[in-house]
Amino acid sequence: MAKYLLLKHYRGAPAPVNDVPMEQWTPEELSAHVQYMRDFAARLEGTGELVDSQALSPEGTFVRYDGEGRPPVTDGPFAETKDLIAGWVVIDVETYERAIELAGELSAAPGAGGKPIHEWLEVRPFYAAQPTVTE
Amino acid sequence: MNDSLLRELVPAVIGVLVRRGADFAAAEDAVQDALVEAVRVWPDDPPRDLKAWLVTVAWRKFLDAARADTSRRHREVRVETEPVPGPGEAVDDTLRLYFLCAHPSLAPASAVALTLRAVGGLTTRQIARAYLVPEATMAQRISRAKRTVSGVRFNQPGDVATVLRVLYLVFNEGYSGDVDLAAEAIRLTRQLAAKTSDEEVAGLLALMLLHHARRTARTAPDGRLVPLAEQDRGLWDTRLIAEGVDVLQAALTRDRLGEFQAQAAIAALHADARTAEETDWVQIVEWYDELVRLTDSPVARLNRAVAVGEADGPRAGLAALAELDPALPRYTAAAAYLHERDGDPVTAARLYAEAARSASSLPERDHLTRQAARLNAQLRT
Repeated sequence: MAKYLLLKHYRGAPAPVNDVPMEQWTPEELSAHVQYMRDFAARLEGTGELVDSQALSPEGTFVRYDGEGRPPVTDGPFAETKDLIAGWVVIDVETYERAIELAGELSAAPGAGGKPIHEWLEVRPFYAAQPTVTE
Repeated sequence: MNDSLLRELVPAVIGVLVRRGADFAAAEDAVQDALVEAVRVWPDDPPRDLKAWLVTVAWRKFLDAARADTSRRHREVRVETEPVPGPGEAVDDTLRLYFLCAHPSLAPASAVALTLRAVGGLTTRQIARAYLVPEATMAQRISRAKRTVSGVRFNQPGDVATVLRVLYLVFNEGYSGDVDLAAEAIRLTRQLAAKTSDEEVAGLLALMLLHHARRTARTAPDGRLVPLAEQDRGLWDTRLIAEGVDVLQAALTRDRLGEFQAQAAIAALHADARTAEETDWVQIVEWYDELVRLTDSPVARLNRAVAVGEADGPRAGLAALAELDPALPRYTAAAAYLHERDGDPVTAARLYAEAARSASSLPERDHLTRQAARLNAQLRT
């Protein structure tokens, strides 16, 4: 098995096919979208492939160390920052092909007009456990 | 109470329930329930015959569950309340269970999970932790696996090769939780080896023992990977090595070679060298030739190329490597190593950095990055 992160972006991914901002969807379309995400996670739990599913608020703060005895410096949010992560699903699947298949399903979540968003998702492999036998 | 002693009884108890007429999935659940009760009751009131106790309690749990299930579905109880004297244990129940849990209809990860639970007696939580997934996900994986094999007749003969692949996966690929998966894999393979005279079972057991013997030496105190050539051989477990070599030799004399015996032979040759320099690379290359002949595996060819580099010099190794697909995992790392040995640190440093970017584990990435950094620092002076 291998774990993959399916990463959703608010900003920074190429534009989806059905590119209408969420705030312009109807309430029913929003509900249908949320239900699709829930069903997706429930289905993956049922197949024994779900590790985690989370959504993030778009508001964030940048923090960095500012030297001994000083409080951390905070800044942002930066409107110009390219990437803005919206959430993720972590899956544990038999093959890379299965990860791609599931990302494709997730990308078909309905948006405006009840039609699939065709959103671009990033698929990133996790580092695996170090195998014992290598020679 | 000895946990592993308790768990050794699990497959036999499941076998008894199945022979009395329980289906596999229900029997497995009932035995898990009995184990939970054993852990609760035994410390204060240990039974004289552990197996008989487990059979009695598991059978009662099974009947309770079957009755509850039946009343839910408004059906008649089909199972007899009194145990039917089933057919004798013609073929070992435990062996049957290995075959069932590694049934070819199961995906590898499902077979691994089912084997660890039904043969190994681990809890779903322990298995979930060992593979870093939520308990609910692992529970689903196990119950799907049980459904998949529900139509398989328990007394059908199985293929030992599929069992070996599952046990190899348990040994080789797992994180760590409160269960030592490598030790568990060895326990299960040892138990299997006691029940069959199959040479490859012995080969796999030898392979595991020989690699397990090096476990302490493989990782530095700071978590860094220590390559074979740099390991402190004083840390190798000589008792495990001796056992591994004995098991392997007994198998090899029967002259039915297979891939696990060949891999174990390579591990035994490494174990036999008091220093890295004394390694018999010529013989190791010969064993890799056998392994390639047996498996035609690209990974075996890659490892063979590295061994050729040791036996006949880095140029020969690079020539062997050039015949392989550069997309193979660890191809670039092998090329980096051979180029360094060939006196080309510039190419080696570049290839190590490239290999680090495609590493599949964090310790491997760090190891390769450190190799690149070491060469780059040398090149600057």
